[in-house]
Amino acid sequence: MESTIIKSRNFNASFGSNHVVKNVNIDIPRNHVIAVMGPSGCGKTTYLRCINRMHELIPGATSEGEMTINNENIYDMHPIFVRQKIGMVFQRPNPFPNLSIYDNVIAGYKLNGIKLPKAERDRIVEHSLTRVALWKEVKDSLNKKGSFLSGGQQQRLCIARAVAMEPEVLLFDEPTSALDPISTSTVEELFHELKANYTLIIVTHNMQQAARVSDKTAFFYLGELVEYDETKIMFTNPKDNRTQNYITGRFS
Amino acid sequence: MDGKNIKYRIGKSYVAQIVTTIFAFACVIPLLFILGFIIKAGITKINWHFLVSIPKPVGESGGGIVNALVGSILIIFCASLIAIPIGILAGIYLSENGKTRLAYWCRLCVDILQGVPSIVIGIIAYFWLVKPLGGFSALSGSVALAIMMLPIVIRSTEETLKLLPSSLQEAAFALGMPFHRVMFKVVVPVGISGILSGVMLAIARITGETAPLLFTAFGNPYLSFNITKPMQSLPHLIYDYATSPYDDWKNLAWGASVILLLWVLLLNIFTKLITRKWKVQL
Repeated sequence: MESTIIKSRNFNASFGSNHVVKNVNIDIPRNHVIAVMGPSGCGKTTYLRCINRMHELIPGATSEGEMTINNENIYDMHPIFVRQKIGMVFQRPNPFPNLSIYDNVIAGYKLNGIKLPKAERDRIVEHSLTRVALWKEVKDSLNKKGSFLSGGQQQRLCIARAVAMEPEVLLFDEPTSALDPISTSTVEELFHELKANYTLIIVTHNMQQAARVSDKTAFFYLGELVEYDETKIMFTNPKDNRTQNYITGRFS
Repeated sequence: MDGKNIKYRIGKSYVAQIVTTIFAFACVIPLLFILGFIIKAGITKINWHFLVSIPKPVGESGGGIVNALVGSILIIFCASLIAIPIGILAGIYLSENGKTRLAYWCRLCVDILQGVPSIVIGIIAYFWLVKPLGGFSALSGSVALAIMMLPIVIRSTEETLKLLPSSLQEAAFALGMPFHRVMFKVVVPVGISGILSGVMLAIARITGETAPLLFTAFGNPYLSFNITKPMQSLPHLIYDYATSPYDDWKNLAWGASVILLLWVLLLNIFTKLITRKWKVQL
């Protein structure tokens, strides 16, 4: 299998006349954790949302350029298939409040009308919850509503929901910014586990987090991809001045 | 500030509180008064016979309102069948596409529609349905009532859905769900208590409407289940019989008033219960 999974060439994205992602070229390797960092408003979240075509849901949002997964153009595929291949976890945990924990995990199948035998559903739920280290905590309360869990558990439930669809890529939009430090470290540990099966792209404000969890780091500034390299190099020996200034805290 | 001034201000504050309390209490009185008056006048007329027989001709005592009861239920049921799907779908459009030109005009028209007098809607239904179809029918009455229900259903659906966090929809879209599944499997179920309470209020609102039915359902002294033919309804029966010179008929009207009032009261209580019970904790 080829090592690059997501590739963008001359990728641009805008909200109306506001050009927020400028000419981004990036190759994302399979089974790696990629951190995308940068100051607020630098276009990192917008770029992330372009990868699974969530960007276009916002009125007035446009994008151009090439974005491929396994050398297939994402923008030639139907968004529904793209989003099943590329899962997403949001800033705030957003389990479906009307569904039980069990149904939340299986939501991608159930709500899409994909019929599965009960045994298969049970297997997916247990497998996904085990993956996100939540199975032991909730296995006796699978029929309770997802919104009764703590914030950190809810976020892991949302990760389980994305994982249940067996996507190739998982996108995380500041996944720990609404969580307390203990939940944050639980979620960060997950990234290492999930890397074996998925490619993870994590947008984060938090440089320490980027340094802790990622193999490669991309630095966005004012809509441009300033630098993209091994995380170790980015944090010890960045080539660009702006990266240097950002990681040393001269601006944020 | 000296002590006298402070005392004066505290006094004013008390007076303001007492005045608001009095007026809040005063708002309860009309309903209690109406309830008491109608129930006192009508409750004795109600018995099993009253509920299951049709009105007797002039001169015979007794008789009941089953034709009007059945008629009201059928007419409102048909009106709901028309108004609820249209109203909910339009409400979804408005909450999803709040800023389009169509949404602007739709909202404006719905607001004005809400203010159109019911008698006018009755006349329009007469010219559009009764005349072309060649006769009075319960169905044309249902259409007139459905038009009156629409604004309430549309606006309550819109307002309910607009209050739901956008993260809910994003979660659904990010799982690769198509628009209709996001709406009907996620957004509407989460907002169902608000939507249902709008629907119930709309039903309560049209239950007592007489004017649109005068030119459409027309009334019928006999029990009928045929919605393509004239049909009696509770408010229409009250209108006809209360203005008649016969005591037996007036008694029927009093009894029917109690039934109508209880119906609306129960609907409102039921709405409150549903809203509480089916509310999805976000």
